[in-house]
Amino acid sequence: MSFDNAYESLLGHEDAHWAFGTGFAEALVGVNREFPSTVDRADIAAYCLMLGDDALIMAQRLAEWCSRAPELEEDIALSNIALDLLGQARLLLTRAGEVLERDEDSLAFLRDEREFRNVHLVEIDCGPGPGGDFGTTIARLLVFSSWRLALFSRLRGSADPVLAAIAEKGLKELAYHRDHAAQWAVRLGDGTDESHRRMQAGLERVWPFVDELFLAHPVEAKLSGVAVPSAELRSEVEGVLEAVFSASGLTRPADVPTARVAGMAGRDGVHTEAMGFLLAEMQHLHRSLPGATW
Amino acid sequence: MSSSWPLWEVFVRGKRGLNHVHVGSLHAPDAEMALRNARDVYTRRNEGVSIWVVKADDITASSPDEKDPFFAPSGDKVYRHPTFYAIPEDVPHL
Repeated sequence: MSFDNAYESLLGHEDAHWAFGTGFAEALVGVNREFPSTVDRADIAAYCLMLGDDALIMAQRLAEWCSRAPELEEDIALSNIALDLLGQARLLLTRAGEVLERDEDSLAFLRDEREFRNVHLVEIDCGPGPGGDFGTTIARLLVFSSWRLALFSRLRGSADPVLAAIAEKGLKELAYHRDHAAQWAVRLGDGTDESHRRMQAGLERVWPFVDELFLAHPVEAKLSGVAVPSAELRSEVEGVLEAVFSASGLTRPADVPTARVAGMAGRDGVHTEAMGFLLAEMQHLHRSLPGATW
Repeated sequence: MSSSWPLWEVFVRGKRGLNHVHVGSLHAPDAEMALRNARDVYTRRNEGVSIWVVKADDITASSPDEKDPFFAPSGDKVYRHPTFYAIPEDVPHL
């Protein structure tokens, strides 16, 4: 073994091409894909769409930071997180597609706004657009990853083997996302006056959308043993956020949840005005060239 | 801005690697962030990898100008090298 290339000595003699990010096993290999007989397959598909759409839209928002982050290293970190979430979205949309008889691309690119089931938190503009800045994006990431980590840690016990496996895989990613967001929340909150002001403003911006994360959806009740009841997550998530607030000198914003439209919100396909613009950009190419492969 | 973020050197030991190898450098505000950035940039967060980061300022390097006096003395002293031993084929990591 020569040491001309620093990576050669790291690779060893096996196929551990880890330093280049290749050689990873296909996700969910060997997982039993049969649907549990205790619940309706259509309900599982609906639930997978919710969780898959959350990840897909959040990934799209984070990808908007590509080349716009405050530092090169942060640019890579945000892209990394976006890629993790896109990976989670692909697995969940594929699972939903097994019931709906559509593939992940069709579900991502050929559904209209009213057919998307993501929460409002992931779709609003938190920057780099006019809707926010880095602090706002960190505030959203902190809330989202804390919530999703709590959700996935329970989803590991799902009676649907595929959901359980997706949760198991996603858990490590989400722990990293939450850690990254918490690190930055503390740095910004406990940084300069200006960074504190922006981080606090970011929290104020996203806080009205937090309540939706914990609202029970009818499909959860029908998926006993398969889905995680949203209300169960509230105390754990709020505990995590309070810990970050106290470490960073940030103040928990007042609870003024956004109004729902006839009791409906993101999970019912009723979205904020940001959603249509987001989808127009995301779906443009696929809709311009329907049926194309790439 | 980058100018205020110091440079860190990154050393990584692979899953089955025996020693940490210098893989590159990056800018970060402190050691914690340097570790996290190194994980993203150099290891793709693969499990079982050990990372060291060290501030570039804390590294003292040998000078290229002194290369000859610094390294040459050992080269011609054959007794300094264990070259007279037969090494069995099946001894690993030598």
